[in-house]
Amino acid sequence: MSVETVPSATATTGTDATADAVRGVQTLSMAKAINAGLREALLADPKVLLMGEDIGPLGGVFRVTEGLHAEFGDKRVLDTPLAESGIVGTAIGLAMRGYRPVVEIQFDGFIFPAFDQITTQLARVHLRSEGTVPMPVVIRVPYGGHIGSIEHHQESPEAYFAHTPGLRVVSPSSPHDAYWMIQEAIASNDPVLFFEPKSRYWPKGPVDQDHPGTPLHASRVVRRGTDATLVGHGAMVATLLQAADIAAGEGRSLEVVDLRSLSPIDYGPIVDSVQRTGRLIVAQEAYGSVSVGSEVAATVAERAFYSLEAPVLRVSAFDTPFPPAALETEYLPSADRVLEAVDRALAY
Amino acid sequence: MAAPSRDFTAPTLQLLTPDGELRPTPEAEAYLPLVEALSDETLEQFYRDMLISRRVDVTGANLQRQGQLALWVPSHGQEAAQVGSGRASRPQDHIFPSYREHVVGMIRGLDPVKIMNLLRGVTLGGWDPAENGNFHLYTLVLASQTLHATGYAMGLQFDGDTATGDPDTDAAVLVYFGDGSTSQGDASEALVFASSYRTPQVFFVQNNQWAISVPVSRQSRSPISLRGGGFGMPGIRIDGNDVLVSYAVTRQALEEARAGDGPSFIEAVTYRMGAHTTADDPTKYRTDDEVEYWRQRDPITRYRAWLEARGASAAFFEEAEAEATDVAADVRARLLDATAPPRSAIFEHVYSEPHPLVEAQAAWLEAYENSFEGEGQ
Ligand SMILES: Cc1ncc(C[n+]2csc(CCOP(=O)(O)OP(=O)(O)O)c2C)c(N)n1
Ligand SMILES: [Mg+2]
Repeated sequence: MSVETVPSATATTGTDATADAVRGVQTLSMAKAINAGLREALLADPKVLLMGEDIGPLGGVFRVTEGLHAEFGDKRVLDTPLAESGIVGTAIGLAMRGYRPVVEIQFDGFIFPAFDQITTQLARVHLRSEGTVPMPVVIRVPYGGHIGSIEHHQESPEAYFAHTPGLRVVSPSSPHDAYWMIQEAIASNDPVLFFEPKSRYWPKGPVDQDHPGTPLHASRVVRRGTDATLVGHGAMVATLLQAADIAAGEGRSLEVVDLRSLSPIDYGPIVDSVQRTGRLIVAQEAYGSVSVGSEVAATVAERAFYSLEAPVLRVSAFDTPFPPAALETEYLPSADRVLEAVDRALAY
Repeated sequence: MAAPSRDFTAPTLQLLTPDGELRPTPEAEAYLPLVEALSDETLEQFYRDMLISRRVDVTGANLQRQGQLALWVPSHGQEAAQVGSGRASRPQDHIFPSYREHVVGMIRGLDPVKIMNLLRGVTLGGWDPAENGNFHLYTLVLASQTLHATGYAMGLQFDGDTATGDPDTDAAVLVYFGDGSTSQGDASEALVFASSYRTPQVFFVQNNQWAISVPVSRQSRSPISLRGGGFGMPGIRIDGNDVLVSYAVTRQALEEARAGDGPSFIEAVTYRMGAHTTADDPTKYRTDDEVEYWRQRDPITRYRAWLEARGASAAFFEEAEAEATDVAADVRARLLDATAPPRSAIFEHVYSEPHPLVEAQAAWLEAYENSFEGEGQ
């Protein structure tokens, strides 16, 4: 099936049709998979709106919303004024009115003008209203490096949001997960930060449009192994799988767990894995200090202390601002840096 | 070449002089019919609203001094701005307050005890807007509510619940913020969005001259009302201590909003007679003379003088006094009954759907607290 294929309009005229139609497995890039997921959500619920900068006729700077403005019009796909706090703040008002806004932040580094609205408002409306006003708002954030871009275009700010009570934070690593997770995020009555790994937008993979598979907030073992456990999310999962491949060639068997959800974190599969392997390496593109990786390391140390044969090790970006892109391959964790940590863990 | 003008002025619309005479300023004349259309009953209602809210305000301040409230946010002096604008709204309208709009809240049917519970440290929000006159929750992060209001107004538009031509069902949004809050980026972003989408919305700034200890001159070199035009909507400056002009100008702006003519920006020039909150000491930054100047412009005194001249009976004023005393006593009694929420409230409603971390912590706290049961008796 063609890579460009998205479900046709005639096949999906509403919720019922969507539920029954069998569409099989397609090969899609993550960008196309999210596009298809957004389209499903727009078709299924007239309250779903897309909001953002340049997401209309242009289809977003990464073309994730391509074609949606043409299909759904500017009452459903809104090219907003250029103001992130304004976008999120008005999305909150729309959610109070019963809408389910899906906001696109153009680049990771530009979420901060909206930080206040996200953390002090969006995250708390349901609590402050004592459960009477839900906040089904999704904030899509293209994030991470390895795209050779300029300053503020390669950031990994997920920890700020995972640290904030009231928010849910997820990040898919594959087109299939992206297709389903975006729809589950939109269906959630809580605010969801949806971090899209930019460097994974273009590689293609199978998307089974009939079977969602893993629930939104579940972590998942994506490769079985026995010698050590590698945990990561988003683009890092591909790096971990690459590391596991290399290690296999050297006779080492590494298990890889895809976190998928950063708030809440599903520790079941991780602890289970560590109980079998005795070793854990947590990897991420974000700064290491006070990060999601720190949290996973601390929690696994609490829950699987007697299973650990070595300290939990973290492989992160350095605790410095993202350098000029010419240095990004040295700055970001690579398969080799992961394997260096594996060596250290196995040396205990 | 002539230098560009740096002289920015705007007329202040007034219907009622500080002495209580109905003598419209030139720009306010067009609004007179809106006031003339009001029944005696409504006009008396304005008075009762102002009087009751001032009594409740005194009660709030006293309760704070007696240790029953962590904080009280006085509305003394701003009654006309709030009663006029609040009474200009229709039942189907939505109000987005800041944190000083107790008077508007009461007009919309909110029990002031619910506001006090917030300041007592018993709740974080405390009411369901849908069941309290569409009066949304107080917002403590300055100006953040301006964007929520604008988004809500966009929703009214998308839903077709406004601009149908039926003033009894067409809805609009009225959002309150302060002079200091106009400097927040969110306020400007809300004005941009509102103007861009032509939302059915009225921005109502209570310029009470102070943002805690900082005078309004630090926030703006020009009358704040001029901001409206800069964003593409009418900006109107009114005497905020004149309940009639506050009513008429807000009424007109809301009707235009409901009719699909777009948003408006109103600056009500008023004064915060009390402290910023009970934690504040205004003697450190403002003079007695200034306070006295504004006392001469008291909104209730002026309105009472006008009502008396119109022939309101002594009995009416006595009844209003008695009613205000009763309401305040009742609020006080019921507030003292309010108890702390159960500890489970720490965890409830943080999420609307299950969240394992929060659930585990709730269970842990319960077990931890229970482990002390029977100790130390
Ligand atoms: C974003 C933000 N910054 C600072 C504060 C602390 N603060 C609370 S009220 C206030 C002054 C607000 O002045 P104004 O907007 O004029 O409203 P007023 O209190 O006079 O009604 C300040 C600085 C806050 N609540 N929110
Ligand atoms: Mg002020």
